[in-house]
Amino acid sequence: MDAQSYHPVPPGVGTEENFLSLDDILLSHQRLPVRTECAFPRLGFLDRSSDSEDLPEGTKMELPLWLSKGLYERKRRVLSVELPKVYKEGWRTVFTADPNVVNLHKMGPYYYGLGSQMLHFDSPENPDIAQTLLQTFIGRFRRVMDSSQNAYNEDTSTLLERLDCLEKALFQSGQSGLNGFQSWEKGRASQLTASSLVINYRKRKMADVQA
Amino acid sequence: MMFCEKAVELVRELQRLSDGQLPAFNEDGLRQVLQEMESLYDQNQADVNEAKAGRTDFIPSIKLRHSCLLRNQRCVTAYLYDRLLRIRALRWEYGSVLPANVRFHMCAEEVEWFSQYKKSLASFMRSIGGGEGLDITQDMKPPKSLYIQVRCIKDHGEFEIDDGTVILLKKNSQHFLPRWKCEHLIRQGVLEHVLS
Repeated sequence: MDAQSYHPVPPGVGTEENFLSLDDILLSHQRLPVRTECAFPRLGFLDRSSDSEDLPEGTKMELPLWLSKGLYERKRRVLSVELPKVYKEGWRTVFTADPNVVNLHKMGPYYYGLGSQMLHFDSPENPDIAQTLLQTFIGRFRRVMDSSQNAYNEDTSTLLERLDCLEKALFQSGQSGLNGFQSWEKGRASQLTASSLVINYRKRKMADVQA
Repeated sequence: MMFCEKAVELVRELQRLSDGQLPAFNEDGLRQVLQEMESLYDQNQADVNEAKAGRTDFIPSIKLRHSCLLRNQRCVTAYLYDRLLRIRALRWEYGSVLPANVRFHMCAEEVEWFSQYKKSLASFMRSIGGGEGLDITQDMKPPKSLYIQVRCIKDHGEFEIDDGTVILLKKNSQHFLPRWKCEHLIRQGVLEHVLS
């Protein structure tokens, strides 16, 4: 395995985000359908479809997850958050029937991450959502793992494009392990290599010169 | 429109480069985020005064702007921190002297940070290895032999080895050299380790 010195802050696990994780910041940028349960004076411009100066109570709009989390209060006088379609009962039944059929990249791409975050909003369906997330992962994981270990023998691109971000990261991790093992088998593990950062800087330099 | 769009763009800029490359320091982007924060803060100051005077209906808006301030702060902190992680990786992957094209991507504070990090690492390495010091940035892969075969990938001029012999590192020339002398040149892409 190419020893990498850049170790970014990983995403959080479950309902906890990691403050400094770039992945978690992008995940929380995703938009959710919400309904305002109170008025927001002078913030009417947040709702593109309205012209009023104030944002009235009862407005249905989309807000990013980070803002929804920031405003949501259990007492419910501020915001109510609707479940995105993917986490509602209709789709949950599909996932339960056959988790491998679904294109989680199209439905996400942060299916598991966003799903875990949805649990913050006290929906009565939370236990079912959590259960579906878990069972879907269990159902799909085997195929992801097997594929990552067989990357040399089969075309994995069709599987890859249907994976959500978490599964993709696992796949890449599996591949990296496979490559490392192959390299060790060939006696290449002891070969000193140029730092990949150096190679990439040089490639970019060439691109700059050619531009 | 929504607040904090510029801030998330900064984060995206880095997340795209998953291999650890350091892009140019986005001073402009950072300035825009700080300006937005100032504007949000000023608006909230005004609304807080009104709320204290009785307009409690302003409180939801105050909270919303406050969430935006926190979000901007998070994005900027993560941006700066992730860049430091990349810069730290450069010390280990490349060495203690960074090429000019990389240095141009760093802001003055980041150059200073790198210099301090180098010093910390150097003094740590001096303190281990039984008083003699130990270069832990060497032998990142367990060595199999003392001498290795290398091929020169680009011209590097004269190179002196421990017994005083001077070698001319001309492109495509091959040499049999002590491993500890050429490890960093391999990492920097000047030499290539040839396996027999």
